[in-house]
Amino acid sequence: MLSVADLTMRFGGLTAVDGLSFQARAGEITAVIGPNGAGKTTVFNCVTGFYRPTSGSIALIHAIGARFALERMSGHRIASRAKIARTFQNVRLFAGMTVLENLLVAQHNTLMAATGFGVLAVLGLGGYRAAEKAGMDKARRWLDRIGLLERADDPAGSLPYGDQRRLEIARAMCIDPVMLCLDEPAAGLNPRESEALNRLLLSIRADGCSLLLIEHDMAVVMRVSDHIVVLDHGQKIADGTPAEVRADPAVIAAYLGEDEEA
Amino acid sequence: MTAALRDALLSAAVALGLFAPLVGLAMDNGDQGLVLRTRPLAAGIMVALVFFGRLGMHLWVARPGREARAVRRSIAVPKAASKYIAPALLIAAVLLPLSGSRYYVDLATLVLTYIMLGWGLNIVVGLAGLLDLGYVAFYAVGAYSYALLAETFGLGFWTCLPLAGILAAFAGVLLGFPVLRLRGDYLAIVTLAFGEIVRVVLINWVDFTHGPNGITDIPRPTLFGLRFSNDEGSDTVAAFFGIEAQTIHRVVFLYYLILALALLTNWVTLRLRRLPLGRAWEALREDEIACRSLGIDVTKTKLTAFATGALFGGFAGAFFATRQAFISPESFTFIESATVLAIVVLGGLGSQLGVALAALVMVGGLEMLRDLLSTIGEHMGSELFSGLAGDLPTYRMLIFGLALVAMMVMRPRGLVSGRTATATLGRQDA
Repeated sequence: MLSVADLTMRFGGLTAVDGLSFQARAGEITAVIGPNGAGKTTVFNCVTGFYRPTSGSIALIHAIGARFALERMSGHRIASRAKIARTFQNVRLFAGMTVLENLLVAQHNTLMAATGFGVLAVLGLGGYRAAEKAGMDKARRWLDRIGLLERADDPAGSLPYGDQRRLEIARAMCIDPVMLCLDEPAAGLNPRESEALNRLLLSIRADGCSLLLIEHDMAVVMRVSDHIVVLDHGQKIADGTPAEVRADPAVIAAYLGEDEEA
Repeated sequence: MTAALRDALLSAAVALGLFAPLVGLAMDNGDQGLVLRTRPLAAGIMVALVFFGRLGMHLWVARPGREARAVRRSIAVPKAASKYIAPALLIAAVLLPLSGSRYYVDLATLVLTYIMLGWGLNIVVGLAGLLDLGYVAFYAVGAYSYALLAETFGLGFWTCLPLAGILAAFAGVLLGFPVLRLRGDYLAIVTLAFGEIVRVVLINWVDFTHGPNGITDIPRPTLFGLRFSNDEGSDTVAAFFGIEAQTIHRVVFLYYLILALALLTNWVTLRLRRLPLGRAWEALREDEIACRSLGIDVTKTKLTAFATGALFGGFAGAFFATRQAFISPESFTFIESATVLAIVVLGGLGSQLGVALAALVMVGGLEMLRDLLSTIGEHMGSELFSGLAGDLPTYRMLIFGLALVAMMVMRPRGLVSGRTATATLGRQDA
C-alpha cells in the first residue's frame, strides 16, 4: 500500500503540489487525474524518486510488512528495493537495442547478482547461464503477453507507437514491481490500442500488482480504475470511486473551468 | 549537369585563388638569400584535382538509387564482414612475423597498440556513450606505473602489468566521480582537462617522475624468466634454446605480446557486451533516465565503464613503456587521445572490427602513404615537378585529411556501422 501524506513540492516560487495526501491500496488501480498543470506528473516524479519532495512523506508498505520511506530514497533504489516501476509520458525505450534486450536490461539487478561481480561470468563460470536462461524465459513470457514475440530481435525504436507503449510497460514489469506507475499510458493510442491497453492493465492487476496511473483519457480511467484522486492546482479536490468522482461538483467545476471558489 | 559544372568551376576558381600563392609560389635558398620561384604546373594540378573531384562528387551524389543502396549496404556489411574479414585479419596478424621484416613487425606492433587503445576507449565511448577526450591519461598512468615500479622496486614486467592496469583503472574511477553528472560536451571538456592535468603533473613533479627528462632504462619483458639479450648470460632466451641471439627475437616477442593483450581486450569486451553489465552500458548510452527507473545504479555503471576502459589503457601503457624502454611526458599529448578517438569514430562507435580496420588505416596507412609518396617522388624525374617531388611525403597529412573527410561523408556512421544484438530468441531467418 502506498500512502502519501502532506506532500509538498516547490520549484522556486511555484508550488506544484501543495499538501497532498492520498492512499493507493494494494491490488487496486488508482488513477490520478486533473486538468493540465495540476501537478500530476510532479506527484509521480516524487513517488518514483526523480524529484525529492520539499516536505511530506511517501511510504510504501509491502504485503510482507517491509516499509520504505520513498521520500528519502534515490530513484534507482526505489525501483530495485521498494519495487516501484514506472513508465514515461514520452516513451523512453532503449531505441537502438532490440526488443528482447530492452526486457533483459530491466532484469539487470537480478542477472547482475548471478554474474559473481562480473569476473566469473566473463570467464564463463558460476551460475550465470541458468540465470540468463530464466531471464530470457521471463522476457519471452512478457513478449508473448503483449503480442510482440515475433518482433523480439528488432530494434525497439522501429516498433509502431502503440507497441512501444506496451513494450515499455512490459519492460517495467520485468523488474517484478509491487506497484507500477504509468504516466499517461493511453496518450496517442487509437481506440483499438487503447482497448488492448485496458486489458493489459487489468491483467497486471489480476497478477497482484498495484497500479498508479495518470491519465487524460477518461474512457480508460473510468473503465479500469478502482479509485480516483483528482488534483487541481496542486491540491486534492476529490477522492473516491469513479462513480463518486464523476458526480462531485468540485470535479465538474475544475474540468469545466468554472471558478473554484463559487 | 549544368549546375554541377558551374559548381565545379566555382570550386576550381576558389582553389586557384588558394593554391596560386600557396603552391604556385615557393621560396628557395639562393645565392643571395631567398629566391622566389614559380610552380605553375603544381598549382594547375591542384586546381584540376579540385575541379574533377567536385564534378565527380556531384555525379556520385546524383546517381540514381543511392539512398536505398546505402541503407542496404550498411546493414549487410557487418554480418558479412565479421564472418570473413575478422578471421582473415587474425590469421594475417599471427603469420606476419614469418615475413621476417623488422620494419613490418615494428609497424604492426604500433598498429596493434592503437587497436588495443581503440578497443579500450570503445568501451567508454562506443558502449557507454561517455565522450572521453583524455584517454591518453590512462595510457600515461599505465606507462609510468610500470616504469616507476620497475625503477623503484625492481619489479619485472609481468608483476607490473596487472598493477599498471589496476592503477589506471583507479585513475579511471578518480576521473569518473567528478564527471558523473556531466554529459556530452561538458564531459568532453572535463576529460580533456584531466588528460592535460596528468601530463602537466608528469612534467612538473620532477622528484617523482624525472619531469621532462623522462624515465630511461625501463626493463624489457621476459619470457618465463628468460631475458632477450645479446650478452653471454645463461638466462637469455638465446642461450636456453641454443640459438643465435638476434634483436629480431625481442621485436617478434613484443609483437606477439601486444597481439595477445589486444586480443584479451577484444575478448573481454565481447564477453562483457553479452553480460548484464555491458547491456547496462549500452542502455546508459541510449537513455540514462530510463536506466534509473529500472533500478540500475547509474553511478556504479558509469564508474565501471571508466574503470574497464582505463584498465586496458593502462595495460597498453605498460606495454608501451617496456617496448620503448624510455618514456617521457611528450609521448602522452592530446594528439594521442585525438588519434585514438578518431580511430573509434572512424571505425564506427561500438564496432570491434571497425576499430581494428580504422587503426590499420589511420596508423598503418599513414605510414605506408609516406613510403609510397617518397617512392613516387624519387621517380618524378621531370623538370616540371622540380621542387615538388622532394616535398611529396610532407603532403601525406593533407591527403590523409582529405581521405578522412571523404570517408566520413560517404559513411557517416563509421567503417562498420550497425550493431549486433547481444541476445536473440533466434526467430530471425538469417
